[in-house]
Amino acid sequence: MNDLLRMYELMAVIRRTEKAAYDLFMAGLVKGTTHLASGQEAVAVGASEALRDDDYTFATYRGHHHTIARGATPEACLAELMSKATGLCGGKGGSMHLTYAAGNMLGSYAIVGSHLPMAVGAAWSAQLRGSEQIAVAFFGDGATNIGAFHEALNLAAVWKLPVVFVCENNLYMEYTPIASVTAVANPAADRACAYNLPASIVDGNDVLVVRSAVREAAARARDGGGPTVLEMQTYRHFGHSRTDPATYRPSWEVEEWLSRDPLTIAAAQLSKEDVAAADARAEKVVAEAVEAAKAAPPAEGALTDVWADGSSTWRT
Amino acid sequence: MADMTYREAVAEGIAREMRLDPTVVCLGEDIGAAEGVFKTTVGLFKEFGPTRVWDTPISEQAIVGAAMGAAMTGLRPVAEIMFSDFLACCWDYLANEIPKVRYMTGGQVTVPLVVRTANGGGLGFGAQHSQAVENWAFTVPGLKIAAPSTPADVIGLLAAAIRSDDPVVVFEHKGLFASRGPAPPAGHVVPLGQASIARQGRDVTLVALASTVPIALQAAETLAADGIEAEVIDLRCLVPLDMRTVLESLARTSRLVVVEENPYQGGWGATVVSIVADEGFELLDAPIRRVAGECVPLPFADSLEAQVIPTAARVIDVVGQLAAY
Ligand SMILES: Cc1ncc(C[n+]2csc(CCOP(=O)(O)OP(=O)(O)O)c2C)c(N)n1
Ligand SMILES: [Mg+2]
Repeated sequence: MNDLLRMYELMAVIRRTEKAAYDLFMAGLVKGTTHLASGQEAVAVGASEALRDDDYTFATYRGHHHTIARGATPEACLAELMSKATGLCGGKGGSMHLTYAAGNMLGSYAIVGSHLPMAVGAAWSAQLRGSEQIAVAFFGDGATNIGAFHEALNLAAVWKLPVVFVCENNLYMEYTPIASVTAVANPAADRACAYNLPASIVDGNDVLVVRSAVREAAARARDGGGPTVLEMQTYRHFGHSRTDPATYRPSWEVEEWLSRDPLTIAAAQLSKEDVAAADARAEKVVAEAVEAAKAAPPAEGALTDVWADGSSTWRT
Repeated sequence: MADMTYREAVAEGIAREMRLDPTVVCLGEDIGAAEGVFKTTVGLFKEFGPTRVWDTPISEQAIVGAAMGAAMTGLRPVAEIMFSDFLACCWDYLANEIPKVRYMTGGQVTVPLVVRTANGGGLGFGAQHSQAVENWAFTVPGLKIAAPSTPADVIGLLAAAIRSDDPVVVFEHKGLFASRGPAPPAGHVVPLGQASIARQGRDVTLVALASTVPIALQAAETLAADGIEAEVIDLRCLVPLDMRTVLESLARTSRLVVVEENPYQGGWGATVVSIVADEGFELLDAPIRRVAGECVPLPFADSLEAQVIPTAARVIDVVGQLAAY
């Protein structure tokens, strides 16, 4: 199978997994909230394609796409959202904290910006161990206005660490246009020069463009060239979270971006038969995942996994 | 055994672990060539060099966040936050990230890191450099907390903390840095969560931690002259909290005074006494008392600071009231 078709199929799996998450929510089988990444799949899939299997990635509460792109199964993700024992985090994490450590996807963090310093630390560790791994932090445009972003970029620059900072600029931080609360036009890329870091603005809806941008940044990081800031221009198809109808977005803007759907862009470069076959496979994988997750036993073990010995004992 | 200062013990404790385990690395502000603002990292940079001892910018979030990322990926970082008051600048990591990540990922990741910090008052550094904040950390399930009172315990607890696969916050007390005690032998480890009985006595139990251990011991000496024998328990850790040792002591003494430097309001002693009320009520022959920091920011002037931080005189006074009960 050619690369693009494989990436298309992975995006199709992610798209359908999130659609399933939405439907399961409406059916009352998923509680809490979800932050769908529909429309932003190319960032996760293109970046993962550019990385080594043992590279580290860190994501946000909008992280379904990053988790699946690094190898977690739709079944384990959906089971997590459905509070099942077979969930990725055994039901202790939920949608906002999907983590797939077996694939070195080291977590989804819901305190905006908090994981950028962690990615810096993972890159520092890789450098000290001489492992030639790199670390990637994926974050939103909104995260560029919190202190941890700036502390992370500066430290990574000063220590010349193998880390790539990937901003998914979807134009909004929750319900507020990022442009209305940010002093520069390109929230991540325009800040990079303050830390003497290279930056580029990338079409985040074209999976091949994403892959080549991340490849270049990853190669620089691995060769000792230090960090890079990539600002991926993209758009979420739905509201910020489950309850947000996103009425604050003008319809022309939504339509323009829907016409630039990353799946459509990739499909246009593939044969109709290949796309149909990939869609059918994705459909089947996700349908089976939904059934398996539904059938799984409920989560248990509220008092385990605090400490490394598996317990939560805090006193004698 | 030769004597050493508490301050020397910090550097020695870290050095011993760095010699044993190449994955132990240190990071913090001014800890390298400058050897620390409290001189608690003297000799480390010289012995281990810049790949093991890292000077950072003034970026508390990056220091602790990077330590976390490194701990998740094969290192055992020892991060220094210069003054414990500054923990507030990176509190997200202490409250939301480090203690929760193992649990919220269903045990997928391990965070073997140490955050060391200079805690507490008594040196006239004023409100923003003097607070005893061990109770901040004590409100967070998922953090282990050590607070040594002697040089030997500094070394023993640092060894246990650095070797622990769980995150440990080590509160070093600023007021104790110049104090002296016996240097422990090679290989000395004090397991986390084991209190020590710093002085035996049959009449009253004084539960103390870090700076309040010498205060309780001093009070006990004076009380002994009046015929009251106080048992002094040095908790050494807040998590795990060694309540067994406290309850066993109460079975002998039937009277309890907790001596804590953090404010009465939300101080750790409240948890200790609530457990005693729950599980040790029948052991008691008198009300429980807490001698704690006053509920104000730390004042600058010596005369004012002395009114806010627990003193031996206050402990003696309270024990006197209980003895007469
Ligand atoms: C420190 C912090 N402040 C506020 C929030 C509430 N919040 C959650 S998501 C969000 C918007 C973040 O926007 P952005 O970084 O652009 O990411 P996106 O949701 O667009 O992917 C806010 C304000 C939070 N989770 N953490
Ligand atoms: Mg955004």
